[in-house]
Amino acid sequence: MKDFKMSPRPLWKSLSDVPMGSSCSSFHICDTNAAWRVFRPVMDYSLCIGCHQCYLLCPDGAIHKEDAKVFRIDYDFCKGCGICANQCKPGAISMVKEDQV
Amino acid sequence: MSEFAFLNGNEAVAWGVRLSRPHVIAAYPITPQTKAVEKLSSFVQNGEMDCKYLHVESEHSAMACSIGSSSVGARTFTATSSQGLLYMSEGLPYASGARLPIVMMNANRSIATPWNIYGDQMDAMHVLNSGWVQLFVEDAQEALDMVIQSFKLAENHDILTPVMINVDGFVLTHTYEKVEIPGQELVDSFLPAIEKAPHLMNDQDPMSLCISAGNQHYMEFKIKQHRDMFKVFEQLESIDRDFEKSFGRSHGGAAAGYRNEDADVILVTTGSVTGTARVVVDSLREQGIKAGLVKLRLLRPFPSDDLFELIGKAGAVGILDKNISFGFEGTVYTNVNSSLLQKGYRGRTFNFIAGLGGRDITKENIEEMFSALLEQKGETVQYFNMGCAL
Amino acid sequence: MIKKLNARNIDAKECFYGHKACGGCGESLALRLALKVLGEEAYLSLPAGCMAAVSFIYPNMAFKNNAVITPFASTAAVATGIAAGLEALGKEAPLSVGFAGDGGTADIGIQSLSGAIDRGEKFIYICTDNEAYMNTGIQKSGLTPFGAATTTTPAGKAIHGCVTEKKNMFEIAAAHGISYAATASIGYPEDFLNKVQKAKECDGPAYIHIYTPCPTGWGHGSEITVDLAKEVVDTGLWFLAEYENGEFRLNKKPENFKPVADHLKRQARFRHLSEIEITQIEEMRDRKWEKMLKNWG
Repeated sequence: MKDFKMSPRPLWKSLSDVPMGSSCSSFHICDTNAAWRVFRPVMDYSLCIGCHQCYLLCPDGAIHKEDAKVFRIDYDFCKGCGICANQCKPGAISMVKEDQV
Repeated sequence: MSEFAFLNGNEAVAWGVRLSRPHVIAAYPITPQTKAVEKLSSFVQNGEMDCKYLHVESEHSAMACSIGSSSVGARTFTATSSQGLLYMSEGLPYASGARLPIVMMNANRSIATPWNIYGDQMDAMHVLNSGWVQLFVEDAQEALDMVIQSFKLAENHDILTPVMINVDGFVLTHTYEKVEIPGQELVDSFLPAIEKAPHLMNDQDPMSLCISAGNQHYMEFKIKQHRDMFKVFEQLESIDRDFEKSFGRSHGGAAAGYRNEDADVILVTTGSVTGTARVVVDSLREQGIKAGLVKLRLLRPFPSDDLFELIGKAGAVGILDKNISFGFEGTVYTNVNSSLLQKGYRGRTFNFIAGLGGRDITKENIEEMFSALLEQKGETVQYFNMGCAL
Repeated sequence: MIKKLNARNIDAKECFYGHKACGGCGESLALRLALKVLGEEAYLSLPAGCMAAVSFIYPNMAFKNNAVITPFASTAAVATGIAAGLEALGKEAPLSVGFAGDGGTADIGIQSLSGAIDRGEKFIYICTDNEAYMNTGIQKSGLTPFGAATTTTPAGKAIHGCVTEKKNMFEIAAAHGISYAATASIGYPEDFLNKVQKAKECDGPAYIHIYTPCPTGWGHGSEITVDLAKEVVDTGLWFLAEYENGEFRLNKKPENFKPVADHLKRQARFRHLSEIEITQIEEMRDRKWEKMLKNWG
């Protein structure tokens, strides 16, 4: 589960707006990764057995566990790597080309 | 209560550090800095300092550990010299870019090869562009006092820049002088506990440090750092004024003049050689020669305004360099000369290179420098106390 | 007794998000899983390398935690400096964790890692091993395996890829008499989670070496990253072990190894290998296992 709000990209009018040191607040996220995706994982909830593997193994943490049986894909940050679909034993996740969604 | 003791420069620095109550010291031994870290270790091992002493395996890690501890807001000290400074040099711009208020003693020493353990200022010049405040002290008392002042300067939220205190190897680090050790209570009231800067890591508002910035952001980060560094002049003077009120001693600001107001010729010095030069100025004055002296305490930030004001209308200025930038000239000279030119100085400038690898700089050498200035004779760059012809 | 961690009981909250790692990146999965156990209180140190490059590009910061990029050689030194600073400031049980890749650990960072383990301070070091310098474009490191093609050990006509074997980094860490050391693989994620938990609970320094495939560097499909990380253990080319209380222990002793050739051929970096070279790799594996079973069995 992500617990941050998207931040606006900073606009600097003068050097006083530039952060002190080479620092920035943690979890300061302005840009999504959705544009990286070629294939989109699409979940068929009727086949999901709640094994948690897609949620466990997503390198982007983009599959959120809402409860023990409901897993939601955050398409803003999913890169479409396909690990979830490959690991899903019951075949509840299929990879669909973005332009065919 | 203050007390007097005979201390060498290393011990004076160690006392300055002890009185400043750092949270963390990370250091690796190197001649001629060793006595400072030995003294600090014994303070810690005897329970006289409440401080984490990290026995690191290299200077590179000494600086890296210092970066770690300073980035969570701990008051941090390290010390090194020569090859050690060069080995940790990757970490220096790292620390200054991150605006970490680390204080370091650098026992000035020559650079190999040939190997040589004695004092010159080649090491400090190698890292002049590292973004650290570079301060040079003249004696053990100034070394002790400037450790305390340096923490106050570095930790000031307008400054937040690491400070390197340059102490001439052997001439200062190993020479005993009578030093006043201020009382702890007085130091505590002058230098209170560090106030954590908001950009550092903390539990309430987690921070990402030493981040990447692309070509659309990098330059602004660096220009901000550069412009903030000029604030050091005013802060250093104000800290020294407060210091004088508390301790009854003043060391001045970025540069200090000696019999310079009406001088025809002026010698610019850094560090311990200033003492010898002062004696020569006095004896020349007795002979009716209008000689003067300007001691540069800061090389970064570079005090262009102060320097021009102190040098004023002297007909010729000599810059004594205990270093050389191969294929060019002494580095202090490059800085002074450029800054005087910008200010419209019309006199002639000379560069006197001396004291490399611990070679003595005698009163006679300094007299020769003044006579070169008075007669305005010879090459712009001259070498002193050479053992053979060029 | 510490509760065993698994996919169902780990923290649902993410501490590593929105990073710019390649799709299917094994290293980023290892970091994400480790942070499930370490939590948002942990202070993180990462050297210049892939994980730093994808997580701290202004203005996008991918860690929820306090985190710092360290000089390349300095992961362990910065991490222990943070631990010392927090302790000196009076924070109770501070948790400082370094994450570095194979080059950052076994090559340029080995000195500061050794120094930090030697000092005996409490900190955790996790080496995410993808067997080459990936951030700079897949050059050979001290942990590149025999036969692998990298951009500095290409599959040439005279020399077919990397001619050296991996350094025994786990054993090197253990040889310091470290409080806890372990190997892991993202192919066995729950084993890894529990090892991170052990590292978190132990008093002194802890070292975990986790195998993390890299689709870009190894030339495999992004969807099989986890498969390869499981296979490498099942073929015996990597092993799951621990060092605790001065003793080594193998966590998994396969009765039969899965075939090496099939596993290697799924990765472009090994596709040039001849049958003889694959046999050599099997022999190296067998020698390693013989030693491990004899000494740690």
